[in-house]
Amino acid sequence: MNQMNWLAIAPEVVLLVTALVVAMVDLWVTHPRRTPTYLLAQASLAAVAVLHLLRFDAGDTVYAVQRMVVADPMGHLLAFFATLATMVSLAYARPYAAERDMLKGELISLAMFSLLGICVMVSANNFLVVYLGLELMSLSLYALVALRRDHTQSTEAAMKYFVLGALASGFLLYGLSMMYGATGSLDIGEVFKAIATGQINQAVLVLGIVFVVAGLAFKLGAVPFHMWIPDVYQGAPTAVTLLIAGAPKLAAFAITIRLLVEGMSGIAQDWQQMLIVLSVASMALGNVAAIAQSNLKRMLAYSTIGQIGFMLLGLTPTVVSVNTLSAANGYSSSMFYVLTYVFTTLGTFGVVMLLSRAGHEAEQIDDFKGLARRSPWYAAVMAIFMFSLAGIPPTVGFYAKLAVLQAIVSTNVALYIWLAVIAVLLSLVAAFYYLRLVKVMYFDEPADAQPIASTGEVRTILSLNGAAVLVFGILPGGLMALCAQAIVKALGS
Amino acid sequence: MGLLSLAIWLPIACGVLLLAFGRDSNAGAVRWMALVGAFVSFLVTLPLISGFDTSTAALQFTESLPWIERFNVRYALGVDGLSMWFVPLTAFVTVIVVISAWEVIAERVNQYMGAFLILSGLMVGVFSAVDGLLFYVFFEATLIPMYIIIGIWGGPRRVYAAFKFFLYTLAGSLLMLVALVYLYYKSGGSFDILAWHKLPLSATAQTLLFFAFFMAFAVKVPMWPVHTWLPDAHVEAPTGGSVVLAAIMLKLGAYGFLRFSMPIAPDASREWAWFIIALSLIAVIYIGLVALVQQDMKKLVAYSSIAHMGFCTLGFFIFSELGVSGGIVQMVSHGFVSGAMFLCIGVLYDRVHSREIASYGGVVNTMPKFAAFAVFFAMANSGLPGTSGFIGEWMVILGTVKAGFWLAFLAATALIFGAAYNLWMVKRVYFGPVANDDVKSLTDLNSREFLMMAILAIAVLWMGLYPKPFTDVMHVSVTELLKHVAQSKLVP
Repeated sequence: MNQMNWLAIAPEVVLLVTALVVAMVDLWVTHPRRTPTYLLAQASLAAVAVLHLLRFDAGDTVYAVQRMVVADPMGHLLAFFATLATMVSLAYARPYAAERDMLKGELISLAMFSLLGICVMVSANNFLVVYLGLELMSLSLYALVALRRDHTQSTEAAMKYFVLGALASGFLLYGLSMMYGATGSLDIGEVFKAIATGQINQAVLVLGIVFVVAGLAFKLGAVPFHMWIPDVYQGAPTAVTLLIAGAPKLAAFAITIRLLVEGMSGIAQDWQQMLIVLSVASMALGNVAAIAQSNLKRMLAYSTIGQIGFMLLGLTPTVVSVNTLSAANGYSSSMFYVLTYVFTTLGTFGVVMLLSRAGHEAEQIDDFKGLARRSPWYAAVMAIFMFSLAGIPPTVGFYAKLAVLQAIVSTNVALYIWLAVIAVLLSLVAAFYYLRLVKVMYFDEPADAQPIASTGEVRTILSLNGAAVLVFGILPGGLMALCAQAIVKALGS
Repeated sequence: MGLLSLAIWLPIACGVLLLAFGRDSNAGAVRWMALVGAFVSFLVTLPLISGFDTSTAALQFTESLPWIERFNVRYALGVDGLSMWFVPLTAFVTVIVVISAWEVIAERVNQYMGAFLILSGLMVGVFSAVDGLLFYVFFEATLIPMYIIIGIWGGPRRVYAAFKFFLYTLAGSLLMLVALVYLYYKSGGSFDILAWHKLPLSATAQTLLFFAFFMAFAVKVPMWPVHTWLPDAHVEAPTGGSVVLAAIMLKLGAYGFLRFSMPIAPDASREWAWFIIALSLIAVIYIGLVALVQQDMKKLVAYSSIAHMGFCTLGFFIFSELGVSGGIVQMVSHGFVSGAMFLCIGVLYDRVHSREIASYGGVVNTMPKFAAFAVFFAMANSGLPGTSGFIGEWMVILGTVKAGFWLAFLAATALIFGAAYNLWMVKRVYFGPVANDDVKSLTDLNSREFLMMAILAIAVLWMGLYPKPFTDVMHVSVTELLKHVAQSKLVP
C-alpha cells in the first residue's frame, strides 16, 4: 500500500516538469507572438493528453503516492478532456491575447499550472489532495484574471474572484475538517468505510456535508453560490474567461464525484436533497436572468449557471427508494453533460474572440448583428453552438439533456419525473435567449462592416469544434459509452 | 442504402452542398442545382408508391441499424399505410417550393434553397422514423430551418413570428420528450415505437402520456386554443415557408396522433376522445368564422388551414374507418390545396406587395389565367365535389354521422363557412371592376408560375376524381390501427 507508484502519476509529473520548462524557456523568448513558448506548451499538453488516453485505455485502477491519489479511468478521461480543453483554449486565446499585450509567458505557464491543479483534483483520493489541487488551480486562475493589470474591470473581477474563491475554499476546508473529525481519516476510501459502519455522529456528518456541498456549489457556480460567475466571466479578458469556463468545470465535476459519491455516498440521502434544491434554483435563476443580459459574456455566464443546474440533476438520483440502481446511470449522464457543455462553451467564447480585434471587444450581443452576412461560416458554427446549448437536435447538447432526463425518469419516482418536467420547461426558457443570438446573427443587418481577421489555426480549430458538436450530435454513442465505462470503473473501486 | 434513407439524406446532402458552395454570384447555378436536387429526391420517392404492398399493415421498406447503443436507439425507418403518402408529398411540395422561389428570392438564394431541401429531408425523416428518439430528433430538427426561413425572408414582424413558432412548438415537444423517455424506461429500455404499441400501461400513465403527446401534436396541428402561432407564422413567412408549413409541417402533428397517441394510449384516447372532438369542432366552426372576417389573405388561408386540420383530428377520434381514412385523405389533400392557395397569394404579393384583400379587386380582368386557377383552388378549399378537398371532408362527415348525428351536423356547417369565406374572398379579390392602378398594371402568369399552378391543379383534380389509390394504401393500416385502439391495454 505504501508505495509511490510513480508510473501512475506519470502524466502529472510530465505536466509539472514541462510547465516549469515552459516558464524557464520563455525567459529567452523575444518573439512577440511567443511562438516557441506556445508551440512547446502545446506539444507538452499533447503529450500529457496522449499519456492520459493511453492510461485510460489500459482501464485499470491504480493507487499511488501512498494512496494519496488514484489513477482510474474516470480520472484519466476527465484529465484527458481537461487537457484538450486547455489546448483549445490556448489556441483560441493566443491571437486575442497578442493583440492586447497580454501574451506573456505567464499566460501560458499559468494555464499549464491550473491544468496541473485540475489533474490533481481529478485523481485525488485524499481530502487534502483535493484541496491542494483546488488551490493550485484557483491561484493560477486568480493571477490569470488579473493579467491585464491596467484594466479596471479585469482587476475588479480578479478581486471578486479571489475573495469569493477564498471563501469557497474556506467552506470546503471547514466541511472537510468536520468530516475528518467525525471519521478520523482523510482518505476518501476510509471515510466511505467509516460512514458505512453507521457509528459516526450523524449531526457532525450532516453539518460537515452542508459545508462541503456549499464549497462545491461555489466552485460549480450553482445558485445561491453563483454571484461571482457573471462578474468574473464578464470582467476577465475573454482569453481567460475561456480558461475559467472550460477545464475547471470538469474538475469541479470530478471532485463532486470524488467527495460526495466516492467518499460520502453513505449519507447521499442528505446531500442529494441539497443538490436538488441547488439544481432547480440554478436552472430557474440562470435561465431567467440570462434573458435580461445584453452583454454576451454575461449572458453566457448565466447560461452556465443554468447548464450546471441541469448537470447537477444527474447526480440527484443516487439513492432512490433505498437502492442505488439509478446512480451510475445518472453520474455518467452528468459526465457526458459536462463534457459536451465544456466543449460547446469553448467554441462560443472562441467565436467571441474571433470577432474581437485590437481596440474592439465583440462582447455585446449587438456585435453579432448580421454575422451571417459578414461570415456565413462562423455564423453557422455559432448557431450550432447555440442550438447545442439550447438542446435542440441534431446537436450534442440534445443528447446531454436526454441522458440526464432518462437517468432521472428511470427512477420511476413521481418527484423525479416532476423534476424532469421542470427541467424541460426551464430549458424552454433557455431556448429563448440562445435563439435570440441566432436571430441577431441571421435576421439583423450588420452594424459592423469590418472584415473578420483571424489566423488559420483558429479558423481550423473553431471549425473542428463546431463540426464536433454536430458530429457527436449525430453519432453520440461512442462518447456516451466511454462515460458510462469510466463511471462504472470509478464506482467499482 | 435503402429507399427511405435516400429520400431523407439526398435532399439534406444537396442542401448542405448548396450552403457550402452557393453564393449570390452564382445564383443561377444554385437554382438549377436546387431544382435538380429536389426533383431527383422526388423521383426517389416514387418507387414507394409503385412498390407499396396494400395488403398488409406491416411496415414496409424497413431499415434498421444500431445508432446509440447505450440507449438502444436504432436508426429504424419504415412506412405503412398511414405514413406512406406523406413521403412523396413532402418531396413533391419541395419541388414546387423551389420553382416558386425561382426569381422571387434574389438574396441569399443558396441559403433559402438549402434550408428548404434540408427541411424536406428532415420531414421525410419524421414520417418514416419508427424509433421514438429518431422521430423526436427529426421532429425537433425541422424547427431550425423553418425558424431561419421565417426570420430571414419573412415580412415586417418576422422576428416575432419566428420566435413564437419556435418556442410554441418546442414547449409542446419538450413534454413529449419526457413522455418518450418514460416509455423508454417502461418498456425496459427500448425506443421502438412498435414495442410501445404493445406495452401495457396503467390508466394514469396512459392519461399523462396522452396529454404529453397531445401538447406536442396539438401545437403542431394546430388545434384551438394553441393555434395562435400559426396565423403569425403564415403571415410573416415567405411564400415557400407558408407552403411548406401548411402543406407538410402541420401534418407532422396530425400524423403524431396516429403514430403515438392513439396506439400507445388507446384507453386514454377513447376516454378523452370527447375532448379532442370538442376542440376539433371548435376549430372547424369557430375558426371558420374567424377566417370569415380576415382582412389579410394569408391570415384567411391560415385560419382555414386550422379549420381543415380540425377535420383531420375529428376524423381520427371518432374511431371509424371512414373517419380515420378521411382524416388522412384530408391531410394529403390539404397539402395540395393549402400549398396552392399560398402560392396564389404569393403570385399576387410578388406583383403588388400587399396581402390585404382591400388592395385588390377585379384581378380577373388583368390576369384571366391566374384567376381561373385561383378560383379553382378556392373552390377546392371550400370542398367542392370533384376536387380533393371534397373527398376528405365528406368521408369524415360520413364517419361522424355514425358517431352522432349532431356531431356530423356541426361538422358539416364547416362546408358552409368554408364556402362563405372562400367565395367572399374570391369575389372581393378577383371579381368586380378593376379596383386600382396596381391591379390594372398586373401581368398574367409567366410560364414558370403557370407550370406550378398546373401541376397542383392536376394533383387536386386527380385526387378528387379518383381517390382510390390513396384510400387503398391506407385501408389495411387503418383497420389494423382501429382494431388495436379498440383493445384495452390497461395493466390488469
